[in-house]
Amino acid sequence: MRVSLFVPCFVDQLTPRVGMATAKVLKRLGHQVEFNSAQTCCGQPSFNSGQWDVAREGAIRALGVFRGAEVVVGPSGSCVAMMRNFYPELLKGTPHAAEADDLAARTFEFSEFLVKKLGVTDVGAKFAKKVTYHDGCHALRELRLKEEPRQLLRAVKGLEFIEAEEGETCCGFGGLFSAKFPMISTAMAQVKGGALARTGADYVVSADPSCLLQIGGWLSREGKPILPLHIAEVLANDA
Amino acid sequence: MSDSKAIFLKDATVNAADGDQRAFINKALGGYYTNRDLQKARYRDWERARDAASMAKWSAVNDLANVLEKFVGNFERNGGVVHWARDAEEARTIILKIAEDVKAKAIVKSKCMTTEEIHLNDALEKAGYGVVESDLGEFIQQLRGEAPYHFVFPCMHVKREAISALFTKHLGTAPTDSPEELTMIARRHLRQLYIDADIGITGANFLVAETGQISITENEGNARLTAALPRIHIALSGIEKVVNHLDDLSVLLPMLATAGAGQPMTCYNTLYSGPRKKGECDGPEEFHLVLMDNARTRILADPEQRDSLHCIRCGACLNVCPIFKNIGGLAYGTTYQGPIGSVITPHLRGLKQWNHLSGASSLCGACTDACPVRIDLHHHLLHNRRNAAKQSPTLFDLAFHHGFTFVIKRPWLFALGGRIFRATLPLLQKLPLPYMGAWMKTRDLPKAPAQSFRDQWKNQNV
Repeated sequence: MRVSLFVPCFVDQLTPRVGMATAKVLKRLGHQVEFNSAQTCCGQPSFNSGQWDVAREGAIRALGVFRGAEVVVGPSGSCVAMMRNFYPELLKGTPHAAEADDLAARTFEFSEFLVKKLGVTDVGAKFAKKVTYHDGCHALRELRLKEEPRQLLRAVKGLEFIEAEEGETCCGFGGLFSAKFPMISTAMAQVKGGALARTGADYVVSADPSCLLQIGGWLSREGKPILPLHIAEVLANDA
Repeated sequence: MSDSKAIFLKDATVNAADGDQRAFINKALGGYYTNRDLQKARYRDWERARDAASMAKWSAVNDLANVLEKFVGNFERNGGVVHWARDAEEARTIILKIAEDVKAKAIVKSKCMTTEEIHLNDALEKAGYGVVESDLGEFIQQLRGEAPYHFVFPCMHVKREAISALFTKHLGTAPTDSPEELTMIARRHLRQLYIDADIGITGANFLVAETGQISITENEGNARLTAALPRIHIALSGIEKVVNHLDDLSVLLPMLATAGAGQPMTCYNTLYSGPRKKGECDGPEEFHLVLMDNARTRILADPEQRDSLHCIRCGACLNVCPIFKNIGGLAYGTTYQGPIGSVITPHLRGLKQWNHLSGASSLCGACTDACPVRIDLHHHLLHNRRNAAKQSPTLFDLAFHHGFTFVIKRPWLFALGGRIFRATLPLLQKLPLPYMGAWMKTRDLPKAPAQSFRDQWKNQNV
């Protein structure tokens, strides 16, 4: 399949290894991977801040970037939810509505794409570590993904999977919420990060790199011995 | 910044840093989660039950004028008196007038958030009436001089020792740490008050149009006494509480109990059908119902958020809300706390002053999944943010988002900006910049890589 990568703006700038890992897994499975460097940000920060007019400009631009892509795959439940669920709402009643619906139908979160679209759970990865998982709220509740990433992780050779308490609790990121209401966001990170650290896992894995910024940032500041890792990075590991 | 926002930020900051209190609330809700899941599992299909409950409310709310008219006709035929109140002021005036007409001295009340919404106790006390809350939690909050912390569990934040000390102070009883004994103290104190009261004030969980009955749900039996013993019964209800059929309660009552409190059914579910009739030996001589709008028609006029009128005030959205659990109910400064409060308070009290509640959410959506009547809660928080940005945008927000969009529409500028951002990140982290400063106070950022993804991709593919 011809896969067009949708790389979140902060992954592009802060954790590019997540994008590279995503591409590596998809190529290993025999797919043709493209990256259109005209892409930037999906516009979610403005959308979530209520600035729908400017967010709409970003959305319309993204429609152009991914026009003609066979499928669009992004390693972020949140950014994919923006395209899948919120572009159609944002562009409803505009001349772009049909194209937004069309893009939504062609756009997949990475773990969703592997399990639901390709029907693959074993991607030939090896990772001999103890791992727990964090469900990003957008993946969990906007895209309704719960089992897909777990199926993928359980098929990784050597990986020991541990569920954490507070399984469906938000990490407190919420985009600009994390900086507009830092005291609430931090309290939420304590609840989530504490539960993850108590598992004794080596890594907290997620399909949402934005949650990993929050969780990883808090764990690092608190000196907890558990590291954030994107699911694509686990699946890319084959040595 | 609005006053309400400043107070919210201050209280939320204090409460979010109070680890002990947060742990106490979390523990209190722990039992609820277990019971709720147990009861949910007894439904053949919880999701279908949510559909049915939602539809029961939807069909009444979307035909509100007709259903209300039908309800009122039947309620009056049962011998009740209906009063219409456009807003809180009118509702208070009506209730004060009834109290004056019947020469009331003492008033007893059962739990009713709508009376909290109109600050009825204050108005009654100012007019010289003694008024006592008969729900145990509300009674405790009344003695504490504090608003309800949670609209279903008003004193869930108060520890047992504090309740004992409160009773010792106000009622002169001996200290005890037995919950049963504490309940008995309140019960003994309240029993005489029901007998002495001239007026009993209740709320209403549902108004049943086809029978003209009022449905009240409770666990303590206090609402039954409040409605039955005093000679005058006044019920205050929002107009959105009406449902078409008695049969609707067969899904709404269990859903209310399970979603809100993890119970199969609430202990007492009573239908009130007007005042004492000829030949009956109990019940009030007069039964008044105040039907209040107070901005509900404003919500009704907004098709996008109309479903927030489905709310049956079960409290499920509060119980699962990480914001509520970490800042507590009092920090909201509203009658209705938690997600539903954040959605409707801007409609009730003004978007400009209360939009910050819609902002104070990570939009995790736990509330929407928990809602038994399928209110699209977390998306309505987004809608409130959008409406507020249109109605009264801040200069900072406009500059920030227009600037950001200017950059992301130009990939070369985005790439250049990213390069500068990565190169200067160690310095930026130390500066008191908006957003960055708030983040860095409690969290680290990953070390910026030398190359962005787009650079790595290009280099790999040359």
